[in-house]
Amino acid sequence: MSLPSDHEIAGAVAVSRFGLGARPGELAVAVADPKGWLKAQIDRKGADQPPGLLPNSQDRFLAYLAARADAQSLKREAAAVAEQESMTTTPGAMSQMSETAASGQGMVAAAAMDQSPLDRLKAERRAAQKPLRDGIAAEILARAQLAATTPAPFRERWALFWFNHFTVSSAKPAAAVLVGPFEREAIRPHVFGRFEDLLYASSTHPAMLMYLDQERSTGPDSAGGLRRNAGLNENLAREIMELHTVGADSGYTQADVTEFARALTGYSIGIQRDGETLAGRALYRPQLHEPGARTVMGRRYPDTGSSQARAILADLAASPHTAGHVARKLAIHFVADNPPPALVARLRSAYLDSGGDLAVVATALIDAPEAWGPASTKFKRPYEFVISSYRIAGAAPTDPDRELTQPLTTMGERPMAAPQPNGWSEQAGDWTAPDAIVKRLNWSAAFAAAHAPPEAPIQLADAALGARLTPPTRLAVMRAESRPEAMTLVLMSPEFQRR
Amino acid sequence: MIRLSRCDISRRGLLSLSAGFGLTYVAGPALAAAAASKRKLAVIVCRGAMDGLSVSPPLSDSNYLSLRGPIAIRPDQALRLDADFGLHPKLVGLYALAQAGQARIAPAVAIPQRIRSHFEAQDLLESGGEQLYGVTTGWLNRTLVAMAPDHRVRAISIGAQEPLVLRGPAAVDSWSPGGREPGDLTRVKATLADLYQSDPVLGAALAAGLATEAQAHMMTQGQTVQARDERGFATTAGKFLGEENGPSIAVLSLDGFDTHAGQGAVNGQLATRLTVLDNVIAGLREGLGPTWSQTVVIVVTEFGRTAHVNGTGGTDHGTASTLILAGGALKPGGIVGDWPTLQSARLFENRDLAPTLDVRQVFKAVLADHLGVDRRALDTTIFPDSASAPPIASLV
Repeated sequence: MSLPSDHEIAGAVAVSRFGLGARPGELAVAVADPKGWLKAQIDRKGADQPPGLLPNSQDRFLAYLAARADAQSLKREAAAVAEQESMTTTPGAMSQMSETAASGQGMVAAAAMDQSPLDRLKAERRAAQKPLRDGIAAEILARAQLAATTPAPFRERWALFWFNHFTVSSAKPAAAVLVGPFEREAIRPHVFGRFEDLLYASSTHPAMLMYLDQERSTGPDSAGGLRRNAGLNENLAREIMELHTVGADSGYTQADVTEFARALTGYSIGIQRDGETLAGRALYRPQLHEPGARTVMGRRYPDTGSSQARAILADLAASPHTAGHVARKLAIHFVADNPPPALVARLRSAYLDSGGDLAVVATALIDAPEAWGPASTKFKRPYEFVISSYRIAGAAPTDPDRELTQPLTTMGERPMAAPQPNGWSEQAGDWTAPDAIVKRLNWSAAFAAAHAPPEAPIQLADAALGARLTPPTRLAVMRAESRPEAMTLVLMSPEFQRR
Repeated sequence: MIRLSRCDISRRGLLSLSAGFGLTYVAGPALAAAAASKRKLAVIVCRGAMDGLSVSPPLSDSNYLSLRGPIAIRPDQALRLDADFGLHPKLVGLYALAQAGQARIAPAVAIPQRIRSHFEAQDLLESGGEQLYGVTTGWLNRTLVAMAPDHRVRAISIGAQEPLVLRGPAAVDSWSPGGREPGDLTRVKATLADLYQSDPVLGAALAAGLATEAQAHMMTQGQTVQARDERGFATTAGKFLGEENGPSIAVLSLDGFDTHAGQGAVNGQLATRLTVLDNVIAGLREGLGPTWSQTVVIVVTEFGRTAHVNGTGGTDHGTASTLILAGGALKPGGIVGDWPTLQSARLFENRDLAPTLDVRQVFKAVLADHLGVDRRALDTTIFPDSASAPPIASLV
């Protein structure tokens, strides 16, 4: 066997580190011109949209409001019934149930239908929430199908990176139905545009306003605040500064966070009262906006209403701290848990020199020699691992719960449900606990039993890994007793687990 | 300021104990570990900043009700611990333990550095450093090393991800429910063991994971634990600890405590999470069985929440919060540490409950008095540069 050429190595790196793992035949295309193949995937129009007709955030949100109203009236009815029967159901258990349901939790089949009035009400309530759960599942399935089949996997990985950067999560039940629309409406169109536009789209999308509690934040001295004795919620302001832009080490203070939170007051979501066109959409409510000039990180912003926060967002986007923060996160995601400083510096310069043009930053990443080292140090996150398995099998998932949510939850990465606003971890140590490796093995064996292709297993290994396939894995695959066993070994090989 | 006589006593006790500490714990680490081998420690990390002022409402603090408004836990709603403090009404199991002298609260605890980022604060809480980015491994992992350099003392992480507090040079077991083995994988496992031989991570991880899985299968007699069944989760964790030659330390994480809006009071968002916490403690106790009498449970969060209710019926990032201690090995007693009060002049930065106790003082006390960890190691390697934060007295 001859040694692989530089092109062969670069092609194998391109499909795994920059892409989502090779589909059958993809490696040959990438090997021909690895950088050109990647650059051709940069698209000013943004990332692709998942297949199928998915409702927009407005429709999803209105459906949520309706289901919530149903649930509340059922809850009142149930409480009345419970009191009548002097049953001992605690309200805590009830509200817990609704949260689990709204988060798209695989519900245990309704308990035996002995149909006491309370049971009937509970079943009705589950039924009322089913469309919401189905909607969340449809979002999870559609984006996984896109990732599993796209011929432009770098473009998709780039979009997934930005979604994780601007995490919204169904871990918060009220935001659950909006997570999919958020990715489609706020993230995908902007990922190869200016960071400032992406930041503004994310910060003002109903999903983010809901997830980080902005929608009800009220200026204490605004007309609305004085009337209702309502006040500030600083959650969104803090996370924009800490997670989305300048980063926690950039030297801002609590006072900066509070000032930014004051500037953000007014950004909210329309409800039914606001009328048909506004309900379920992001809107600005001047009567909730805290009057006055604000000072954030040493710069003064006169009170210009909604554009006050917009001006702060623009300055945050232009900050060299943001350039450094974004550069480092990109380098960590694509290249190494501890990335080479030269790579971070290169991406930071590309960001600053281009005014935060993300297409330019993507090009700089592809052109960076530090990104092409032959050693694969990034350990795949469960989602990457599962998607790359579907890709090499030439398959796509069709059952969102059984094929995606359930296995990914056991591996630690429940889809669209990051536990905290900082998103999923990029550090191998978070994904390599002993139990997590066992979960990957069990899933791989089941997946291989269902998807092992008819050709010789070694062809599958070559098509998946190309020049990255090591002699020990090759030998193990050749010695396997069955196609599923061989495919399990490919999926669990050290080189397929990494990228 | 509210008078809390017990606190004064514990302060004095703290001083006298720390003076005599060097003499008490002259035994080497291996000896200490052997003596303590049956003692168990479970740490529950509540992520998102758990609101201590709702977990253990300060009932006699005259500012509490006005600061908290609609989200206050009123005296007639709380489960009363003593003249000054109560527990949230959802913490019924914990309350029964407190009545039996097996649970205590420390109402104003904080990490050593003032941070309001969840993620940085969790890093500091779990790394055990004096300040951020000082150490990259977890204090419980360094505890394992200090107790037994030969790695005889083990720990287990319960959940799909291994938390920072357990990461470091000592190998740690892990377990989470779900994902059964599809058919016979004997050959695949053997081949992978071979393939992973020179892998820096995968070989050890797979071997440990398979061993734990086999043990879990035996313990639960093949019954599956549902992924969202927190109590079942915790029961299994308790069983691991209670096994003959089982691990000494278990860590569990709970999320969902970041209650910026619509926090609720007796019912609502936080109450739901506290029900889960109560179930987890009950599950641990059930799984531990008789070993509960030799167990300490620590429930801790990265920081507390603002003293004021905010404009959206919630609370924002604060400073001090409540730490809960439970377990049969605990010494009965009142609250741990002083109460700073909620007077506006006493609030940290005019907004947060001020800390009166460094969280490391509690951790160190439990490690020293319960697990027999050497004081020198506690002050230097486990909690670097922490001699000025001495262990608090009379917890175990």
